[in-house]
Amino acid sequence: MNKKINSVVGVLVAACVLVVSCAKLFPKAPEDDAVLDGPVEGLTAEQKAIFIRGDVAFNDEIFTPEKGLGPLFVATSCGTCHAGDGKGHPFTSLIRFGQTNSLGNQFLNQGGPQLQNRAIPGFLPEQIPIGSTFSKFLPPATTGLGFLEEVSDATLLSLSDEFDANGDGISGRPNWISIPSYVNIRRDAIIQNGKYIGRFGRKAAVYDLRQQTANAYNQDMGISSNFETIDTYSGQVVDAEVANKTIHDVVGYLQTLKAPIQRNISNQEIISGKQIFIETGCGKCHTPQLTTGYSSIAALSRKQISPYSDLLLHDMGSGLDDGYTEGSALSSEWRTTPLWGLGLSKQSQGGQYFLLHDGRAKTIEKAILLHGGEGAQSKNAFQQLNAQQKSQLLKFLESL
Amino acid sequence: MKKITVFAIGLCVSIQLSSQVSSELLRRGVRDSIGLPLNMNAIYNRPFLKLNKLPLAIGGYAEANYQYAKENGIGEGHQFQMRRMTLFFSTAIANRFSYLSEIEFEEGTKEINIEFAALDVEFTSLLNLRTGIIMNPIAAFNQNHDGPKWEFVDRPIAATQLLPATFSNVGMGLYGKGNQNDWSYGYEFYLTNGWNDKIIANDENKTFLPAVKENKDRFEESFNGSLLATSKVSLANSKFGEFGLSWMGGVYNKFQDDGFVLDKKRRADVFAIDFNTKISKLQTSIVAEWAWVIVDVPATYTEQFGKKQVGGFVDVVQPIYKGKIFGFENSILNAAMRVEYVDWNKGKFNSTNENISEDIFSITPAISWRPTAETVFRLNYRYQWKTDLLGNPPSKQGAIQIGVSTYF
Repeated sequence: MNKKINSVVGVLVAACVLVVSCAKLFPKAPEDDAVLDGPVEGLTAEQKAIFIRGDVAFNDEIFTPEKGLGPLFVATSCGTCHAGDGKGHPFTSLIRFGQTNSLGNQFLNQGGPQLQNRAIPGFLPEQIPIGSTFSKFLPPATTGLGFLEEVSDATLLSLSDEFDANGDGISGRPNWISIPSYVNIRRDAIIQNGKYIGRFGRKAAVYDLRQQTANAYNQDMGISSNFETIDTYSGQVVDAEVANKTIHDVVGYLQTLKAPIQRNISNQEIISGKQIFIETGCGKCHTPQLTTGYSSIAALSRKQISPYSDLLLHDMGSGLDDGYTEGSALSSEWRTTPLWGLGLSKQSQGGQYFLLHDGRAKTIEKAILLHGGEGAQSKNAFQQLNAQQKSQLLKFLESL
Repeated sequence: MKKITVFAIGLCVSIQLSSQVSSELLRRGVRDSIGLPLNMNAIYNRPFLKLNKLPLAIGGYAEANYQYAKENGIGEGHQFQMRRMTLFFSTAIANRFSYLSEIEFEEGTKEINIEFAALDVEFTSLLNLRTGIIMNPIAAFNQNHDGPKWEFVDRPIAATQLLPATFSNVGMGLYGKGNQNDWSYGYEFYLTNGWNDKIIANDENKTFLPAVKENKDRFEESFNGSLLATSKVSLANSKFGEFGLSWMGGVYNKFQDDGFVLDKKRRADVFAIDFNTKISKLQTSIVAEWAWVIVDVPATYTEQFGKKQVGGFVDVVQPIYKGKIFGFENSILNAAMRVEYVDWNKGKFNSTNENISEDIFSITPAISWRPTAETVFRLNYRYQWKTDLLGNPPSKQGAIQIGVSTYF
């Protein structure tokens, strides 16, 4: 009998030891360069605390009718549109309508600028008004936004060439926008006729991350705040449905999300691909490197970054002109989308690519081929590449 | 990790301690012995203690565990958890009149629920009236959920996150049971208060029936003036086991208020099958349950909230040793495995016409030791893959759980 007991105890102890000693039983954390989310290195304890609070508000807080959702809305949480802090899925496309030129949105009294295409029970969602043009905007990735916010206005202006003085066919320009009273005006802000340089959003019509966040709460989820006080359904000023502190935390979270990390950087194919990227002129708009200015967050201050964007507006031709715009941009003009994180997009888009502003391109190659206007030269150059060169270029882009 | 080893060894040592509880006043009550026990009998088929000749029987169970879990490499460290302590009281008011109540304290006193508090009146064995707070008999686990009966620390995902586990409501209904030769059969039908709009307005960001339990007012009034119907039929054979079919359905939304019609009536219905058997030759026990949920979600809401859901689990328990261990004469050592799956959204995206994911798949190998029929020590390892709405790469979770559950 003692043998039996010993056997049983042996089985139990062996099972315990086996379980606790085998680290493989617990899934490992993915490598830093394999995911988009996570904080930038070098944050203070206080900044980390804000990051964690903001992370919870951004990814875990779900709005219900009881908590102020809607009554009209597009999504029920921030994380619904930005899974894993990556690019969004057509399921949460934002449909904007009502503005065709720099004279402003002519349909603000009919629900513009954003269509709330969903509604809580008992309410009807909005329809696009007759006579209005519209465009679908896929939610962008949220990683590295803090770095982009800290690039100085002067840097952006130095990259612009509105009248193509150098004759290279590229004429990037900033979107000069009116700003709401609650944004934090940059210490080095450049103002032109009372307007400021926008840098966020598909049309660069958003000044900073606070405006982006307050707008998203209001327009995407129907949540009013002390920053955006108007209820999108009634048009009335209503009580805030989200606390200022939550907005600040979410802004802090977005500011301190790390920049996407390039993978396989020393791979020869990828090195060659980058060279081709420069030679075909892609880098003229998708600027490989920028430097941030001073930031009160030391981890973001005066850093060299590789967003592959100049944050300026470029005419992308009639094929991508939906007849809708924001700020002073033309309807054919789009802000250069940062390419960092491109290769990880599939991890947040359900295992496939949805590229360009509305997700119409299902592959990187298709996205390149849909470039027109100022991007036509580079597209043509891409088409002239041989199969190996194309492969190298695509591998480079997927490494970002 | 050393702490886990120390705890596990401590657990092995502690089981050598013998029970000191013995009272001449308390004696075990007689359980239902009419034919084969069905899941519907679980509410009374518990080790009640009777106090001398008083018509009162008392009992309860408790379960606690240690847990170490990581999801994609990140975890909350080492955790001890007091999952629940449940007390039940049964009273024979008069011949064929009985009253049973079950009060549960979850996670300390974080949640205190009256899970069952009903009067049963037996007219015949085939016709009984039950009224009070009733546990809706959907599938099998909801009725037969006592921790000491299971070899796993966690309750099945399908029973807790697809269906509302231990969902109880105030209402009334009929039940009955009969038997003939090797066969037993039973039925239950209840009308209760029930659903509410938390099904599609909850913090889970998906259609989530368990959220209805947040409405504590359901014991006082119906959320929308509609009743929830629950019915179940069971058939058991001494050779083949028990098979159950159940349905629970009703209107979940507030379709009118103060005389105003707000919306059309929107239903949520659950259909479930359950099966349990014991392969006599091997002494292998198998318990399985599968459920389908259909919810009328407004088309203008968001497809994130699924209109159809499915899920279930299979438990296989194999005794590997029966005999004396540490002086416990009738010890049983089991190896067990649970496999479970839930898909919270069987729909497609309007924008792409592609499948919506939002699912979970989990396996849990386990070892359990039952020194007595009323107590179980468990060692579980759980690994699960959870996929988000969009079908992005799944988050992976591994967890080790060591726990005990016992009737008292």
